[in-house]
This record gives sequence, structure tokens and C-alpha cells, in this order.
Amino acid sequence: MRAFSYEKATSAEAAARAAAAHDGARFIAGGTNLLDLMKLEIETPVHLIDVNGTGLDQITETADGGLRIGALVRNTALAADPRVRAGWPVLTRALVAGASGQLRNKATTAGNLLQRTRCPYFYDTAQPCNKRSPGAGCAAQSAGAFSRQLGIIGISDACIATHPSDMAVAMRVLDAVVETVTPEGETRAIPIADFHRLPGDTPEQDSVLRPGEMITAVTLPAPVGGAQAYHKVRDRASYAFALVSVALIRQPDGTGRVALGGVAPKPWRRAEADAELPNGAAAVMARLLDGARPTDENAFKITLAERALAALLAEG
Amino acid sequence: MSTSMHPDIRRHTRTAAAPQGAPDPRRAGGTAVQAAPPKTAVTFTVNGTPRTLTVDNRTTLLDALREHLHLTGTKKGCDHGQCGACTCSVNGARINACLSLAVMHDGDAIETIEGIGTPDALDPMQAAFVKHDGFQCGYCTPGQIQSARAVIDEIRAGIPSHATGDLTAAIEITDAEIRERMSGNICRCGAYANILAAITEVAEDRA
Repeated sequence: MRAFSYEKATSAEAAARAAAAHDGARFIAGGTNLLDLMKLEIETPVHLIDVNGTGLDQITETADGGLRIGALVRNTALAADPRVRAGWPVLTRALVAGASGQLRNKATTAGNLLQRTRCPYFYDTAQPCNKRSPGAGCAAQSAGAFSRQLGIIGISDACIATHPSDMAVAMRVLDAVVETVTPEGETRAIPIADFHRLPGDTPEQDSVLRPGEMITAVTLPAPVGGAQAYHKVRDRASYAFALVSVALIRQPDGTGRVALGGVAPKPWRRAEADAELPNGAAAVMARLLDGARPTDENAFKITLAERALAALLAEG
Repeated sequence: MSTSMHPDIRRHTRTAAAPQGAPDPRRAGGTAVQAAPPKTAVTFTVNGTPRTLTVDNRTTLLDALREHLHLTGTKKGCDHGQCGACTCSVNGARINACLSLAVMHDGDAIETIEGIGTPDALDPMQAAFVKHDGFQCGYCTPGQIQSARAVIDEIRAGIPSHATGDLTAAIEITDAEIRERMSGNICRCGAYANILAAITEVAEDRA
């Protein structure tokens, strides 16, 4: 791990200002992903800004019947919140499908959104990776590469990594909004649909956050009801990243919303695919995965996604 | 620095070598003089005893416990949050001590395996692991026991898991709940069946 200086911020605004004042600074909250990457020298911040003292650890109700989840609310606390379990149960289901009990106790709402990909070539510093070293190339797309876990849609010639979060898939199907503050003290509200970037030619930028900009909260609109479920398919029964995951909200009349994890650089949802829900899983996936560009190793994800949704629909 | 005590592990060697081998990025001119790695003072309690340390900012809570405070009951397995051998309790919640910086724990109450029982007065979970043979080599055992105690507390507190059925009902202590909640603790010897038996017995005794 490279040496770094360290400070504690007492407000989000102060943290954002401090980040803008230090080249190579990073915010640290739970640290479960950042420290892992710092040990491997994939992340090499020269200055850490500890944001745990900024007071953003509350879940409050909004005027329109929604919830405002502070950036520092731990994954365990969010999953266990009685309001979330009753009104937005797909979020609890997604949270408890991710990581381990120890990690969920530490990992935060904002940090979960900002976690980096688990692409094995991003993690292996002996391999070229455009996300880790822009312009280096993408080992995941070289002949014989192990791409079983990697993305099938929304990807580019520069990068086929997926976003690893389960929580974000539920937030996408719930139309969450990410609130931020900039070093200039301005606030932004970014729909989660627009928060994570597709890689294009610049896969090193995972999100639309600007330098020094800090997430302060994630808001959920008022509950939409319906039957809510999260189905995660993975290589182990627990504590593994998704091959494919499906977040589903289904209304009694058969309409609803679908988002996928494990297939793209961001939680993957399309309005035209939602509209096909009354027509079954095959119709949804024909729209949702139209344009997919899988490798030989991960083409199974197209079939798996359809079957995962079909399994949820069969549960009623 | 503390991590240099493990030269047999590649990542630790790299960690230890970085300050000497890499240019100090805080010195824009790249002068030959190397600044000492930044340090920070931190005070927390460990098993009820106040401890103050001044550590290299890079020191994890795990290395602070093991190398600075010589509490070697908390084990270093993978050092990446994957195995759970370093599990300890901070302010009542179990965490991976390897994925947390010591300097971020100012004012915290930390509990390690050394704080829950002694050979003459075992914690009930320790006694149950002995009774049910819940280990072979024993390396993962402190983390397993710390996690196991927390699992029972988390179920009692109504925290749901991936194995929980109705999210609005009381959570029952079942094999499936315990297995799911213990998935962050790996046992290379494969003592899982006996670990499950030990946890189940303690959970039933506390019921």
C-alpha cells in the first residue's frame, strides 16, 4: 500500500472542498472496497478524507412519502429498516443477497454505489486494463480470456466489466435519485439511471461524479407497491457476485418493472422491456438484452437472465 | 512497519517495500529526500482497556491488534475480507478487521477473542466449539466464534438475511439462517457441520 495522509471531515461540504484541494484524494467511509484495492495498489490515493463524521447516517421520510437514505447508512441498517422492509422490500432483498454479514456492517450506501468492478483483469495488475490504466488495452477481450463473469451489454471495445452491486439494481428498479454536493457547495440530484456511465472510450470513469463531488444521500420515491423480488444467480449459494440478478416489481395487473445485475456496467433497465412484462420473460428479455454482445464464455447469461425472470414470474 | 513481519506473504512484502521504492507523490519535485510515512495517533478501547497508538496511516485494525498490541488471537488469513479469520467486534458489530484502518477507530470499543473468555472460563460459544469439535487446525476459529456470537445477536435483533422468508415476521433460528449468515467465514478444514452444531446449541440455550 502506498503512503497517504489522512484527515477527518465534519461535513459533506468540507469533505468536498478538501477533496478538491488535494490531487489524488479519495473519500473513505466503510473502506471495504477501497482498502482492498489500495493493498493491491490498484487504488493509490495520496490523501484520504474520512467522511464517517459527516453525520450522513440517518434514514428519514421525505414529504412525498419516500425515504432519504444518508450516504453513510450501513448496508445492514438499510436492509433491516422496518420502513424499507415494508415499502421497498426489493431493496432489502438485494442488500442481503450481497457480500457477507461482516462487510454489510461496514459498507455504506454511497460506497456500495461507488464500488469498483470485480473484473479479474482489473484486479490483476500484471494484465492490461483500460479501467485501471487508460489506454493500456483490455485483457478481458484477448484470445482465451476468462470472461464468464463479465458483461454482455452496454459494454465497449475498451471494457466489458460489470458493475458488481446488488443494491444498485434494486435502486434502479425503484427509480432512486443520488444526491451530491460539489466542492463549490452546489447540490445535484442525479437519477440512478444516469449515475453510472457506460464505458465507451473512457472506462476509467465509472460514474458521472465530478472531481471532489460527494454523495450525500440516495432518495427513494414513495412506495409503488406490487410484489417485489430479487433473484440472484451465482456460482455459490452465498457470498459471491452475481452471474445474473433480476429485480422485479410486479403489479396485480401484470405490469411492472425489471432491472438486471451482472450483465452490464450499470444496473440494466429499459422502459420498452418493462412494457413487455405482461407478455412474459422471453418478451421482456428480447427488448432488455437487444444488442447484447456476449463472448463465447458468457453467452449463457442471455438464457440465464430469461430463466431467472421466468422463475420469479412463476412464483406469482 | 508492522506488516514487514510477514516476509513470506507477497502482498505484505510489497506493502512494506512501497515507501522505500516509490517516489513520494507528495513531493512534486521528486527530491531525493524521502518523507516519513504519515502517522496518526488513535485511542480506542480493546476488551475494555483504553489503548493509545501512533501508527502509520496504512495500518489496518488487524495489524494494530496483532503487531502493535500483540493480541494475536485475531488471525490474518486472506487480508482481503474474503475469509473472515480477522472478524472482531467494533461497537457491538462484527467486521473484517483487515479492511479497516486503525486510525478510523478513534473512540471505538473493540472486542477480540481475547476479551470474551479465558481457558478457565470459556465463553459459551467457545465451550460449544470444543464440545462439538467445531475446528480442526483452529486458525479460522477465533473469527468463526466472533462471527457466531454476532449471528445470534443479529437474528435476535431482527436483522434479515438472504435466508429469511417473511421480512415482516420474527426471524427463526434455523440451519439455513445460520449457514447463510456464517458465509463470510471460511474453514479450510471443512468443520462446517460441527460449527453449525455448536452455534445451534448456544442459540437454543439462549432461547
